[in-house]
Amino acid sequence: MISVTPPVPAAPKPLRALALRGVARRFERNWALRGVDLDVAPGEAVALAGPNGSGKTTLLRVAATLLRPTRGGGAVFGHDLVADAEAARARVGLLAHRTGLYEDLTPFQNLAFASRMLGLGLDRPRIDAMLERVALSDAAHRRVRGLSSGMRRRLALGRLLLAPPALLLLDEPFASFDAAGLELLESVARDVSAGGGSVLVATHDLERAARIVDRTVWLEEGRIAARPEAEGASPGVPRLVGR
Amino acid sequence: MRAPPSGVVGPLASAPRAERRVGESTRVLALAWKDVLVEARTRANFGAVVAFAALMLVLFGFALGPDQEALTQAAAGVLWITVIFSSVLAFGRAYQFELEDGALDVLLLYPGDRRSLFLGKFLGALAFVLAVEAAVVPMAGVLYRLPILGALGRLVPILALGTVGVVALGTFYAGMASRVRAREVLLPLLLFPMLAPLVIAAVKGTHVALVGDPVAAQVNWLGLLAGFDAIFLAAAYLLFGAVLED
Repeated sequence: MISVTPPVPAAPKPLRALALRGVARRFERNWALRGVDLDVAPGEAVALAGPNGSGKTTLLRVAATLLRPTRGGGAVFGHDLVADAEAARARVGLLAHRTGLYEDLTPFQNLAFASRMLGLGLDRPRIDAMLERVALSDAAHRRVRGLSSGMRRRLALGRLLLAPPALLLLDEPFASFDAAGLELLESVARDVSAGGGSVLVATHDLERAARIVDRTVWLEEGRIAARPEAEGASPGVPRLVGR
Repeated sequence: MRAPPSGVVGPLASAPRAERRVGESTRVLALAWKDVLVEARTRANFGAVVAFAALMLVLFGFALGPDQEALTQAAAGVLWITVIFSSVLAFGRAYQFELEDGALDVLLLYPGDRRSLFLGKFLGALAFVLAVEAAVVPMAGVLYRLPILGALGRLVPILALGTVGVVALGTFYAGMASRVRAREVLLPLLLFPMLAPLVIAAVKGTHVALVGDPVAAQVNWLGLLAGFDAIFLAAAYLLFGAVLED
């Protein structure tokens, strides 16, 4: 009789907040991404750096399910970005260049709409608390059109925080926040990581990113690459690691 | 070195962003209400569309001349062409304010079924077009000396069913066109050919309702319009998620 060794159960794969495998994305004839592999662990905050046009924003949009990869694929907390996009999307929040606010509505109305669309219903206490948190209580019933750029950015951040995402994607977040907004943004990013969520931040400002990230990934011409001047990086800038 | 967390955000693990307290129907109504609210706060657009519709009615009136018989015979067609042309402005506008500051991306990132966005946009546009009709139909009645009041009971169902079909297709194609640069040109090019069968039924039904037509009255125009509506709504709802993908 042949003795059969009982099959050893395979070790469960560690759950990744974001796992991208060979992600490529083409816009007409131009490849914005050319096969990116990237893992972000739960609780980890990663900076995505690189020159303009290197594919940082495209990568964030693929991770957010706003763009389908032309080749390759990925998952957010185990949910496939294409086949299970709805579940992946439910775990992602993106703070993009543009605020996505309705300029003819007030901050309160913008947050009330977001609250309903997030499935929370009209949660007035939560909205009022959020307006206070982003220091917009006094402007709650003024049209967004009349708010400053910094106030709009804070309002967009408040909208994101109505239901904090497990994977927070930030696209050049340090450019247009005022001082109060930057402080709030940094505390939010740290809290997402501390709560078991993850942060991926596309930025040119590595000095400031160093305050919230664990490591930096360099993207160049749609591929993850070693940063040429990595050796001379400023003190305090996290180590540069691919994948 | 990372600074310690401050406790603004609670534990997240890998949970969805929000524990759903309400269903898809609430999201649909929220989107429709938001579109109505934005329109209400920028009333200039509604006024411009109604003025455009009034201008069309007057110009058609000039083109047809003072012959009352010619005006009466052409009234149903003129009315529907006016409604459709005015609606195209509304459909484009409904996506314009989603595109102005990247709001469409935010909309697409909300958890839930993206097809619900079609229903929300559809209801918002339907409210707008019905409001335009509420202004345009009495104007047509006065300018073309039509027996609107006497025919109201027959006219309203035809107008309502015709409008549902126009708005269903308009919302769908406006969503599709919103992704391209030449959207203002593309929308009517896509929409008008598809509307042809619905327009024929709506014009014939309206003509029967307004002036009576023993031959045309043999056809169940209401049933035909309801059939078109069901097909257009179902197809647009099912395909809308794919249309919005970049």
